[in-house]
Amino acid sequence: MFKIVHREEMAGGTVILNEIDAPLIAKKAQPGQFVILKATETGERIPLTMADTNPDKGTITIIYMVVGKSTALFRDLKTGDSFMDIIGPLGAPTHLEKMGKVVCVGGGTGVAVLHPITRALKQIGNDVTCIIGARTKDLLILETQMKAASNHFHVCTDDGSYGHHGFVTQVLENILKEQDIKLAVGIGPVPMMKAVCNITKKYNVKTLVSLNPIMIDGTGMCGGCRVSVGGKTKFACVDGPEFDGHDVDFDELMMRLRAYTEEEKMSNTTYCQATKA
Amino acid sequence: MSTPTSKTEKTSRQPMPEQEPHIRAKNFDEVPLGLTPEMAMIEASRCIQCKKPACVEGCPVNVDIPGFINHIKEGNFTAAITKIWEKNSLPAVCGRVCPQELQCEGNCVLGKKDAPVAIGNLERFVADYERKNKKASLPPKAAPTGKKVAVVGSGPSGLTVASDLVLKGHDVTVFEAFHKPGGVLVYGIPEFRLPKEIVFSEVAGLESLGAKVIVNAVIGRTISLDELFEEGYEAIYLGVGAGLPTFLNIPGENLIGVFSANEYLTRSNLMKAYRFPEYDTPVIKGKNVITLGAGNVAMDAARTALRLGAQSSKIVYRRSRDEVPARGAEVHHAEQEGVEFYFLTSPVKFSGDKNGRLTGMTGLKMELGEPDQSGRRRPVAVTGSEFDLDCDLAIIAVGAGANPLLTRSTKGLALNKWGYIVTDEKTGKTSKKGVWAGGDIVTGSATVILAMGAGRQAADSINNYLAVGW
Repeated sequence: MFKIVHREEMAGGTVILNEIDAPLIAKKAQPGQFVILKATETGERIPLTMADTNPDKGTITIIYMVVGKSTALFRDLKTGDSFMDIIGPLGAPTHLEKMGKVVCVGGGTGVAVLHPITRALKQIGNDVTCIIGARTKDLLILETQMKAASNHFHVCTDDGSYGHHGFVTQVLENILKEQDIKLAVGIGPVPMMKAVCNITKKYNVKTLVSLNPIMIDGTGMCGGCRVSVGGKTKFACVDGPEFDGHDVDFDELMMRLRAYTEEEKMSNTTYCQATKA
Repeated sequence: MSTPTSKTEKTSRQPMPEQEPHIRAKNFDEVPLGLTPEMAMIEASRCIQCKKPACVEGCPVNVDIPGFINHIKEGNFTAAITKIWEKNSLPAVCGRVCPQELQCEGNCVLGKKDAPVAIGNLERFVADYERKNKKASLPPKAAPTGKKVAVVGSGPSGLTVASDLVLKGHDVTVFEAFHKPGGVLVYGIPEFRLPKEIVFSEVAGLESLGAKVIVNAVIGRTISLDELFEEGYEAIYLGVGAGLPTFLNIPGENLIGVFSANEYLTRSNLMKAYRFPEYDTPVIKGKNVITLGAGNVAMDAARTALRLGAQSSKIVYRRSRDEVPARGAEVHHAEQEGVEFYFLTSPVKFSGDKNGRLTGMTGLKMELGEPDQSGRRRPVAVTGSEFDLDCDLAIIAVGAGANPLLTRSTKGLALNKWGYIVTDEKTGKTSKKGVWAGGDIVTGSATVILAMGAGRQAADSINNYLAVGW
């Protein structure tokens, strides 16, 4: 059992932070790696990239948006409650290198995944520009932390309620036009990562993305998380989760993420009705 | 000249009662219902108690088969299970999934003129009897040695090693990557062939002997082998299974509805997708299902699909019926339940709709050509014989490879060109001091009992190492 030692609600309760007691994982985890969590006996195994780790305290932090039954089950765990199962750290860590000017672009809860990577890239001496975005001001997360983790910082909202009015990609393009960027990291919803890659391709800037396909075991055993990268089939759980975004077939990834839309809807509706009753 | 005639009337092999095919094809309950005590005693009386029992030679873990059968004949089921436990810690599993026809029963003298003694069914009977009645005392355990042993993987070979070594007084910890112990017995073999309750009961038995079982521990990620040594483990056994799915590398393989057998079976068995929405993990329930491959895993997949509501479940295999690698009993059960077989057919491509969902497969007819290196006639494509089959679920069950997660992250572990761990054949020793390996990660996909046999050898070698050194 893995106890929640700290819990926060963000973005008006739609996004949850859980700091969880998992000393073995905390000791090993590096930026970019993920864990698989299962809340209950009958629950699903859900992969989430870690937002932070504290090896001294023996904790890991995850931040997730509540989108269906499984994340609703996670949300309903309070401080002091436990996840039944967590495995990790899984996946390959981010390849961190001092390259010069780097841009980190985050959207939605992707910002949570981007945070430790951004921090590490700055720590090893890169000049890091960070762009984060959300649909509206209330949905922005980790603004203070991301500001601290970067050298230059930009915020965007789709509705203009805060910061730059528009998409992260517009700010990104301006930066790419003006500066000699060596590496981009884009993490967020799949359409956002695809859009980021379309722009960085134009400027020939290598771009890392972190993928979140449907997964079961996380150890390369089932192949459910396969993605096409550069025309080859890769397993996100062991070959990734990070890939060169210019080679990723994002359309196929989006398609595969919709495999269980009907089942997810049904589970969620039933759960919402049951918890209301 | 005299014609030999039997003096007494022969007792014929007691058939195993089974669920009717049309009923069982719709549920996940076990197919065979088990022998009654009376049937078991009659069957046991057929054994002629050979002086040099060939059946024992055919058993990878050398169970004293005539010995336990004699106890059954006398109605002493508790003595029978105690006898089996001397050599086999997983009889309820082996009685169900061992290929007895190739091993003990394949060697049975009666089989030359008649049906062999139903050794598997008898083994299963006594194991089930004991599980229900709990009369036997646990096997004797040696005094604690204070030596710590780590077993990586809780499948059949790992459980055998753990059981052998805990009885020899060692302090054994089993590490399992999944959230439930049992390995392939739990994620791979369906409930209707091996109820999970039986596996968990065997694991609980191991724990009651004093072994520790730690789930959610991915060795090579959560903890490395070298860290295990630092923590005071003196010997490590790797029984991690093959664990890498093989795909066909044909167009359309990433469409929604195309699964590796590993994924399909893990969803259904470990995650209990067959009980969705009671359990949260879904699986695609196809109406027209194609399973590629004809091994035991393919039979499991094709039969699972029927139980999940498929109107048609087809096995597509590129060789002929004679080359089918699955056990005869599994093929028979599958056919009885309505699985159709397309032999000499090779998959060419998958097709889908605009949403990326699988709608069909193109197959190519094959014919048998000249024998290949294995001596089997090689399937050769018949030009222009492409044809289409409708399907909304396809399961690829053409074997597994070596999962590199642990082996690649471990220094000093010699691997062969396919990535399997190289071991000493007699002891299971690897090239890394203090590390043994066995089961599918050494041999490639094989059977439960062969993995157990490898575990037995390694356990003996580990025990010897802990006493006298490498």
